[in-house]
Amino acid sequence: MQEFEYVAPTSLEDAVKLMAEKGPKAKALAGGTDILIQLRGGRYQIDRLVDVKNIPELNQFSCSQSDGLTIGASVQNYKIYESSEVQRLYPAMVDCASLVGGIQVQGRATVGGNLCNAAPSGDTIPTLIAESAQALIAGPNGQRTVPVEEFCTGPGRNQLADGELLVSVNLPPVKPNYGAAFLRFIPRNEMDIAVANCGASVQLDESRQKIVSAKIAIGSVGPTVIYCIEASNSLAGADANEASIEAAAAAAQKAASPINDMRGTVEQRIHLVGVLTKRVLRIAISRAKGE
Amino acid sequence: MADKIHVQSNINGYDVDFLCESRQSLLEVLRDVLNLTGSKEGCNDGNCGACTVTMDGRIVESCCILGVEAEGKEIITIEGVASADSLHPVQQAFLEEAALQCGICTPGFIVSAKNLLEREPDADEERIRFWLAGNLCRCTGYDKIVRAVLKAGEVMRKG
Ligand SMILES: Cc1cc2nc3c(=O)[nH]c(=O)nc-3n(C[C@H](O)[C@H](O)[C@H](O)COP(=O)(O)OP(=O)(O)OC[C@H]3O[C@@H](n4cnc5c(N)ncnc54)[C@H](O)[C@@H]3O)c2cc1C
Ligand code: FES
Ligand code: FES
Repeated sequence: MQEFEYVAPTSLEDAVKLMAEKGPKAKALAGGTDILIQLRGGRYQIDRLVDVKNIPELNQFSCSQSDGLTIGASVQNYKIYESSEVQRLYPAMVDCASLVGGIQVQGRATVGGNLCNAAPSGDTIPTLIAESAQALIAGPNGQRTVPVEEFCTGPGRNQLADGELLVSVNLPPVKPNYGAAFLRFIPRNEMDIAVANCGASVQLDESRQKIVSAKIAIGSVGPTVIYCIEASNSLAGADANEASIEAAAAAAQKAASPINDMRGTVEQRIHLVGVLTKRVLRIAISRAKGE
Repeated sequence: MADKIHVQSNINGYDVDFLCESRQSLLEVLRDVLNLTGSKEGCNDGNCGACTVTMDGRIVESCCILGVEAEGKEIITIEGVASADSLHPVQQAFLEEAALQCGICTPGFIVSAKNLLEREPDADEERIRFWLAGNLCRCTGYDKIVRAVLKAGEVMRKG
């Protein structure tokens, strides 16, 4: 691996300063399950690696009915899926965090790293979009917040300017009659990169028969994870039934722009978007109904 | 050559001080600096699990961690699995069930399986296969490995 300076600041202020000093020649290190392999492969030439795991703000992890879910950018996936509160309130986060890599990877990998790495296949990103998460960013000019669907700008590219760090992702509190879910298709049972994946959320009305609003996001079928606005909007005011689900899945298929590669063909991926969107919506609706 | 960094950690129950370059992985440090060559390099990119060790009680892949990240951590490698006078039940079961051929994957499997059984001594076949999905074996076809882990679980439950 190339040579670089390793620093492990213990305050956010210091971390931002250390990042900013080196501009594009500095990279953050969270779990390292993407960045260390990329450095070894010579994808970037950097001068400084800033370990962000000792920064208190990035280790925040709290989940409650009233305040929602805050996942600091250094919080490992296992903490998410082992939390009984997350299991109860945000099962879609458990769906995705528990299938990133194997147990070893889950001991290190973070949602923050998954988002910043901005892979089209990033498995936690569709859920974050579906759950209306906001990304809290800190940089030399202070802090700002970006909706997760705007965070990734291309394969491996994100919104962060030089010197900026992701602090946390924040999911709003869940309301009654709300549900979300995530599914991924891979050719084996575990440990592979998504051929396609899908996260969705639905807010039902009090009768639980009608959908008030929905959010659908699909991955591995475009340059970034795609927030399917038309498919999502098609569900607003619709009956929570199979006809609405079918229509939304067809709209999600239209939003996909996949490529052929060794993992799957364009046709297969578009087919998968349809299947996954339907299945995910069914699970989200049944969770919203408290079933 | 780059400056070396002084790192203090606890490895297999011993406080250890070592010097390493920032770019050296924990696996390289274990093997090349500390001469603990039990942890193997299969893929060097997080996919095969041959380099699995525990860090503060959780299994991790030492090829995906920097040596400097071991500062203040407790690490157990395959060398720390047996006691002074006997093999660990997982090791014993691997021998009895012939759960290895070339043996490259074995240290990683044993560290992973021991960690599972310490958490969940009742782990069934499905759970074992799921837990071990991050460990790859080119030789055995996995069946004998799973059988060995089931047997070790039985032994550990009896205590
Ligand atoms: C064997 C294996 C299997 C995998 N399986 C999957 C899978 O099934 N699904 C999946 O989606 N991914 C998978 N991955 C990829 C990877 O594990 C995930 O993307 C993971 O979530 C990355 O998190 P990390 O903390 O390790 O990130 P790191 O590698 O530490 O960082 C990733 C990127 O984000 C940047 N970064 C990290 N934290 C911050 C921050 N706070 N601010 C700004 N930038 C930051 C880094 O500079 C780097 O560019 C796998 C990887 C391996 C090795
Ligand atoms: S050598 Fe570390 S996972 Fe293969
Ligand atoms: S025994 Fe050879 S790889 Fe497993």
